Formats: sequence, C-alpha cells, structure tokens
Amino acid sequence: MFSGGVHPKGNKNTHDFPSVRLDDFPSVEVLLQQHVGPPCVCVVKEGDHVNVGQLIGRADHPMSVPVHASVSGEVTGVSYVISATGAPVEAVAILSDGKFTIDPSCVQPTISSREDFLEMVRSAGLVGLGGASFPVHIKLNPPKGKEPDVLLVNAAECEPYITSDYRQICEHPDEIIDGILAVLKWISIPRAIIGVENNKPLGAETLIHEIEKRARESKKDVPVKVRSLKTIYPQGAEKMLIYSLTGRKIPPGMLPHDVKTLVMNVSTLRVIGKYMKNGIPLVRKRLTLDGSALNSPGNVNVPLGARIPDVIKAAGGTVEEPSKIIMGGAMMGFSLDRIECGIIKANNAILVFGSKEALIPPESPCIHCGRCVTACPMNLMPTGIDQATRRQDPEDLEFYHVMDCIECGCCTYSCPAKRYLTQSIRNGKTLVRAERTRVLEEKKLREAESSGLAGKEAHAK
Amino acid sequence: MRLRAFFMKLQVSSSPHIRDNVTTFALMRDVVIALIPAVIASGIIFGLRAVLVILVSVFSCLVFEYISRRIMKRNNTLSDLTAVVTGILLSFNLPPTIPYYMVVVGAFFAIVVVKQMFGGLGNNFVNPALTARIILAIAFPNAMTSWTAAEGPFNFLRSLQGADLVSSATPLAILKMQGSAGALELPSYLSLFLGNISGCIGEVSTLALAIGVIYLVSRKVITLWIPLSYIGTVMLITLLGGKDPFYQLLAGGLFLGAFFMATDYVTSPVTRNGRIIFGICCGLITGVIRLFGNMSEGVSFSILLMNILTPHLDRFTMPKPFGEVKKHEKA
Repeated sequence: MFSGGVHPKGNKNTHDFPSVRLDDFPSVEVLLQQHVGPPCVCVVKEGDHVNVGQLIGRADHPMSVPVHASVSGEVTGVSYVISATGAPVEAVAILSDGKFTIDPSCVQPTISSREDFLEMVRSAGLVGLGGASFPVHIKLNPPKGKEPDVLLVNAAECEPYITSDYRQICEHPDEIIDGILAVLKWISIPRAIIGVENNKPLGAETLIHEIEKRARESKKDVPVKVRSLKTIYPQGAEKMLIYSLTGRKIPPGMLPHDVKTLVMNVSTLRVIGKYMKNGIPLVRKRLTLDGSALNSPGNVNVPLGARIPDVIKAAGGTVEEPSKIIMGGAMMGFSLDRIECGIIKANNAILVFGSKEALIPPESPCIHCGRCVTACPMNLMPTGIDQATRRQDPEDLEFYHVMDCIECGCCTYSCPAKRYLTQSIRNGKTLVRAERTRVLEEKKLREAESSGLAGKEAHAK
Repeated sequence: MRLRAFFMKLQVSSSPHIRDNVTTFALMRDVVIALIPAVIASGIIFGLRAVLVILVSVFSCLVFEYISRRIMKRNNTLSDLTAVVTGILLSFNLPPTIPYYMVVVGAFFAIVVVKQMFGGLGNNFVNPALTARIILAIAFPNAMTSWTAAEGPFNFLRSLQGADLVSSATPLAILKMQGSAGALELPSYLSLFLGNISGCIGEVSTLALAIGVIYLVSRKVITLWIPLSYIGTVMLITLLGGKDPFYQLLAGGLFLGAFFMATDYVTSPVTRNGRIIFGICCGLITGVIRLFGNMSEGVSFSILLMNILTPHLDRFTMPKPFGEVKKHEKA
C-alpha cells in the first residue's frame, strides 16, 4: 500500500443506474487526434457520406491511432477547433441522418498471430481509455527484454463521481474477460490480476463469477484473479496500482514495462473483446454524467464527437445554471471554456457543477502544516515546490524532483490554505523544461564554438 | 433548460476541482477550543488576574495585527484567528502577576516584530509567542520571575475580595534548591498534575492541557511526532542524569511547550523524520539546560533554537520520491 493519498467524498451517485444509450444528436465533431502522437490524416471531405465505423482519419505515423465515424450521415466540414485542453486540433463535423448505418467494412477480424492482434487493436482505434490516450498497439508491444509477466487490469476507478468503468463491469463482464484472455494469449502473458477498489464489491463478484464460469466451461484454470484494493485516491494511478497489486515500484522516468508489468484499463479491454466479435471500431463511449446542476445524473453511452451541450440535453438537461463544466473527474479533469467541443476517446465523465459545488475558497498564505507532504503519493514536498516556483528557481525545483509529480491533485485537495498547488507544480515543470532546454542549447553552442575554433586553428597551421 | 453556451459564465480553473473541508480558520479555532480548559484552570488556580492577563494579551495581539496590517497596506487577517492563538499562548507563558503594560509590550513583539514585519502568517521563522516571552524575560527579569503560590480554588475567591496573592517558588526552582538550606518541600505528583503549584498562567495544570491535547489529536490538528519525541528525550536524559523523569514531565513548561508551542506549524518541520529530529533536539537542549544550567527552565530556548533550524531539517529529511533507487542499487 502506497503512503499518502486522500479520501475525497465518493459521490458515486450513479453507481446503481444502468447505462442508457443516447442517439439523439443532430451532429458530431470527431477530432482527428485522440491519442498521444501525431494527428491522423483526414481521408474524407465536405459532402462525403459516411457510415458508422468508416475510417475518417488515417493513422500514417506508427504511433497514430485511426479515427472512425461515430454516426452515419454527411460530412459538413473539416476544420481546426479548440480542444478541451486549449490546443487547436483538426476535426470532422458530421451531420447525423439518425440511422446509424454500420459500414460494410466492419467485419469480425481474423487473428492468427501476435502481429495480427496488434494490427487489429490499432484498426479498432484503440487508445488507453483510462484517460491517458496512449496508443494501445504500442503499449502491447514493449521493447525486447521487457516482456511483461503479468497483465494488471485497472478497475480501481478511484476518482469521485465516476462510475462508468463500474457500470461497464456490471453490464459487459463477458466481453471484458474476452479482452483479457485475448491479450494474455496473443501477447504471451502468463497471468492477469484485476484490481477493484473495495467500495465496488458487486463489481468484483461479477468478474469472479464470469471467470469461474469460463473455468467450468473450458475445464481449465483461467489465469485471471480479482484482487480487492483499499479505497483511496489515487489507487487507480498507474504507479500506485502496480505497487498495490505487485509490490513493484517504477523508478522515476521509467515505464511499467521496465518492471515487466502491463497495465490496461478495464474498459479498454472490453473494447478489445467486443471488437473481436463484431469488428466495429471504437465509436461510442460510456460516460458518467453527474453534478448538482444536472436534472438526472447517470451513465450514458454516446457516440464519439457528440457535443457536450447535446449530451447534457439528451441526458435530461440542467436544473440550474452551471457554474463549472468538467471534462473528466473532479480531481484530474479539465474545466471547460469552450463547451461546444465533442466527446473524445479519453473521456470518462462530464461533471456539471452548480455554484455551491464549484465554489473554491480564495488562497491564503501557506501555514507550513505539512498536509500536502503527507498526502502526496509520490513522496514529494508540494509546499517546497510551490515556494520554488514562486521564486522562479529551477535549480531548487530539480532538488524537489518536480518532474516526478503525477499531477493527481492530492496536495491541493488537502491544503487548508486552499493554495493552488497542482497548478503551481505544473508551472514549475514548465520552468524546469525551459531551463533544461536552455542549458542544452548553451552546451551545443559552446561545443560548436570550440570545434569551430579548433577547425580554424588546424586550417591556420 | 437549454444550455446557451454563448451566454454562460463558466469557471475555468486548474484541476483538482474539489477541496477538503479543512481551513486555516478551522484549525486555529480548534486550537483555541483546546486551550479553553487551561484558561479556565488558570482562573481557578490564580484567580481573576490571570484571566485578565489572557484577555489583555489576546486583545493587544488583535489590535497590533489590525494596525500593523493597515499601516503596511495589507489585507485584514484577524478572521484567521492566528492572532488570538498567539495572544493566548503568549499569556500562558507569563506569570499571573505580570504588569499589564509588559503584556502589551510582549504582544507588540510577537505580532508586529516577529510576525508582521517578516511578512505575516506563514513567514515568521521563530515562534512569535515564545520569542516575545524570551524578550520579556530578558527585558523585565524581575517581573518575569515573581511567582504566585497557588492555593487551589480559594485564589479565585480571594482575588475577587481584592486580596493579594502569596508568592512562592516554581516546582523546578524548588527542585534546584534541594539539598541546600531553607529548601522547600517538593510538590506532590497530584499537585503537579492538577496545577496546584506556582508557575506561568498556562503551564501549571497538566490536566487542563491534556484535555486540550486529546481534543487536538482527535480533530487531527497536530501529529504526535514532535511532542512524544521531545518529552521522551527529556525524560530519558533526566533518567540518565539520575533525576525523576516524571517530575520533569509535569513540572515547568515542558507539557505546554511540547504539545502547543513546538507543534506550531509555521516554525516546525513538514516531514515526519524532520519532526522527530526536531523533537529529539528540543529534548536534548531542554534536558541539558534543566540538568546543568543555571536557569530552571529551558523549554523556550530549545524551541527557539530548533525553529531556526527547521528549514534545514526540512531539506535534510526530504523523502525519496516514490520508486527512486539509489545509484548503486539495481532498478
């Protein structure tokens, strides 16, 4: 069990509500970059008719992941829009004909090798659905010598409000287990452990039941275990999850495969299981809609690219003027400025806060109480980093290991002075990156000058 | 209700978007509540005068904070209650018969010099109340060392009748006297625990302070690393020095200092190991002063000296980031 962490109020209000499929969207805006890596190349133009599952963004770069149409209808435009994080991204706007015709190219895939499996995962448009958007086909293909000996399935769902993964488990446990077994088989991993927080006992039971069913049917041992995890934020953070389930610690700057571990979100695995059955790529997302300004919180299944105001309206609308709309969870989500943007693959929740929920008291001076130090799961000193950032001191920031911060928000949550610590730490990281670049450039310049000088001397002799 | 995005005023701020309930005000309020039993005890043991000293101290601290912030064109911070806490703790470190003007001088040093001149809350490098007490002890040595005999609840009644309080020696002074002519009898453990002894306003009743400590710990305001390592070290040193460790615990300002002054957030370390070292070093200094020094009391000086070292302790005890391996270890 890692040290630190906080216990925000769970607010899992939508825990028991079955997911509702929503299709009433006049138009969608599908981003051509929903992964970590270079954007996809648009292969449709204005006026084209598209079907559900049809390729609209081609992944030319090895790291890119293709993007598909989530509704059937006419492409009304391809242009740059501002994403939730404030960056400009190319997007395809599609006017829905309401029919949701599936493209004929969507057929059940045939896999006969590991390469086939990786290609299939990529064609499914799959990125890590826990929020990181890392291309799954890259993650499943670690460098030589770093092959994982265990697959960890992240079903922790430690953020307050969000219950979409839990509903996924309750509603499609079969496809989840299918996905897990496929990864174990094709990537040659001997076993899997599913980590579920202990505030979701029914989720754990459902998965165990499904695993036992498979064991009975195949009359073989199924190498998938379910482990109950202590309910604490950020239990679902990669480094914390690996430590809690296996005791392995990832050194700073390294990745799970460096400790022979592969971590995947439970919903990502379900998409694999589903795709292997029907060949329809990732075009819909299950989201938790919650917040006091909403009329009826719940879990909804919407097409990718559905605009947020349309999603909120289709889900029952609002009861008061929203004060803050968050794409993501209450601890790590992005508060939106432009709410017209469309749902992306990494989205798990839309939180619509009323004025009381959105209220954050003003900052007051740091009283050096140490709550942030106790709360930090990475054993850092947020108050030290905050002071160093305000002093604009990159050397001190390096001393405080600022780059190891996972930006979970535990420090800011626990601060009695209501200081914006996470924000300050992000600024600190920017400062350190700039300083490192500056030092590198200076070094290159000095090397160039000295070699230039040596060249001149040699010439003169 | 249709969302008219164009007209909505949405808050946009960095994650996280929720906060825990705890506030600076709530923490300080809990400290004030924890100190109330000792305030009541001081009234019972020393009479009305002690309570008036407390009130003068708190009032002066508030006034000085308000005026100095106004002059420095800074915002009014009276509502965070930190000046009230400083006022109470300052008075707890003073004898009950101290002239009121000296209390005001003390409040001035605590609030204006130590706290506000260094930047206000969070910026003082030493404990304001303790530093003020030390300044008073040096500036007004006689007034700061005239002690009153505690005669139980009768003192309160006597003071109401306007009778003068009887002077006496503090338990630690009595201890130093032992073996010489005219030495007074050592007070019993019970007297020490209840506070039926002479000493500073807030330090005498261990019972009243202990009630406050239980409240503070249950409200998660303080952690026990500093007080336990501080007191433990003093008791160990006393034991090694051949003296009675329990007498040391109950006599003088150790209990008050360890639980209420050394644990002051601003001037103590942020890390667990830093707090332990802080407590142990405070204990070492207090123990040595009490055993070998001329003075009978050492708490104020030890905390003051360790306050100054706090930033260094923080850096020295900074924890290793999660997952970091030493250079010679394999990943």
